[in-house]
Amino acid sequence: MGEKLSALFAFGPQLSDGIVTTVLLTLGGAAGAFVIALVLGLAMVTPYGWLGVPAKIIVEFFRGTSLLVQLFWLFYVLPLLGVQLDPMTCGILALALNYGAYSAEVVRSSINHVDRGQWEASRALSLSPAHLVRRVIFPQAWALMIPSLATLLIQLLKGTAVVSFITLQDLTERIEQLRQASGDTFFAYSVGLLIYFVLAWLLQIGMNALEQRARARLGRVDRTAGGLRSIVRMQKPQAEAVS
Amino acid sequence: MPSTDSGLTAPGSTGPGSVGSDPAIRFQDVEKRFGDNVVLKNLNFSVQPGERVTLIGPSGSGKTTILRLIMTLESLTDGFIYINGSPLTHEERNGRRTALPPREVRRKTRQIGMVFQQFNLFPNMTVAENLIEAPMHVLGMSKADALAKARGLLDKVGLADKENEHPSRLSGGQQQRVAIARALAMDPEILLLDEVTSALDPELVDDVLNVLRRLAGETDITMLIVTHEMQFAKDVSQRVMMFDNGAILEDGPPEEIFTNPRHERTAKFLSAVLDQ
Repeated sequence: MGEKLSALFAFGPQLSDGIVTTVLLTLGGAAGAFVIALVLGLAMVTPYGWLGVPAKIIVEFFRGTSLLVQLFWLFYVLPLLGVQLDPMTCGILALALNYGAYSAEVVRSSINHVDRGQWEASRALSLSPAHLVRRVIFPQAWALMIPSLATLLIQLLKGTAVVSFITLQDLTERIEQLRQASGDTFFAYSVGLLIYFVLAWLLQIGMNALEQRARARLGRVDRTAGGLRSIVRMQKPQAEAVS
Repeated sequence: MPSTDSGLTAPGSTGPGSVGSDPAIRFQDVEKRFGDNVVLKNLNFSVQPGERVTLIGPSGSGKTTILRLIMTLESLTDGFIYINGSPLTHEERNGRRTALPPREVRRKTRQIGMVFQQFNLFPNMTVAENLIEAPMHVLGMSKADALAKARGLLDKVGLADKENEHPSRLSGGQQQRVAIARALAMDPEILLLDEVTSALDPELVDDVLNVLRRLAGETDITMLIVTHEMQFAKDVSQRVMMFDNGAILEDGPPEEIFTNPRHERTAKFLSAVLDQ
């Protein structure tokens, strides 16, 4: 065991490089996906067909094609058309487009799940459509969409592993190198599992905190009963305030 | 405001409005259909400024639809609605019925406030924030002015101490009083009350109705009220309109309609409601 650990220790710099690459891909991809999801999701809830129909087509296209093929297309086909992107940009772009399309559907359905009375009350106060979406509807939809977005974010983290096909040395690629260097398949892949799990857990903690905050803004969380413990336990807060 | 509808008389109204001024609300040949289902047909009536009118009738008779049409939450399939003499959503242009642009419609709905059965307070805002949102962003009031006004209104509805609460922490009756204050914060000339006590526990109904009674006594806001609270209707309204199947069956002062209805249908409806 000692020599395994020293092999791991010796491999530390490469491994942390891999973790950094994976985290950058995850955060970059998630940020891009969120922007795309907002634009497409809002376009799909407008009453205007000229906005909604193209958005829906884009969403269906990127949901219906494989992430790996999208990645290859950006990396191998775009250069044939004269556009050369570095692997990191390709990776982030492919993840953003693919997960953005899934998240757009979450944004759309969350907005549609906000009580119709909220739209009507906003209209009765003569709020403009842009204002009512930004100040009334979106903050409520946001609380609804976070759990689904958290699931997609963790899928995105795990999805980043495909970038090793386009020469990026991410966590999966580094684990593969560790396996070859240490000669121990069990050890290397177990280390890989553990690191991915810890990363996913950290993301989940972050998303749970966001959800708590969003729900508290809606007056839905009993702040004394939820707290840090329920965040760390990866649970939804149990306590509901009077509804 | 100059009349844009010369040559057309406002039918059916005997309200207190002065002769020569435009009615606060006027329906002209209004029709509302949901698919094949005709909810309102060829409806004509007017409400004078300052008048309080209660709409009664069995569910499905189109009372709530009338309020929702005035608030532009539904679009009318035919006809015109005039607010203070000017067209609300459609106007007659070159002999054709033409929709007005949304921005212009929104400018007109500023004169109209509505209180809903389900309160519909914004849960992502505190009580005070609910009250200042529209005055600040629609009327362009400063935050300080809007807040001062909000506090005055909360005081009037007996909730001065709830300014910083979340709506979810309030009882139904309190939420509805906040919703009334929120509508009043926009200084509406017309207030639409859509079954505002129907979702409340019985012991909370009076608090809300008393706030509205006081409002009716102290202001000259035009009110259109849909309610099953007949005593309240008697107390605040000068006029009651009985609806049946999307048409006005009877229209007159509450004393007359409640004690001496002309139609069998009205008498039946009233005895059913009063039996509850």
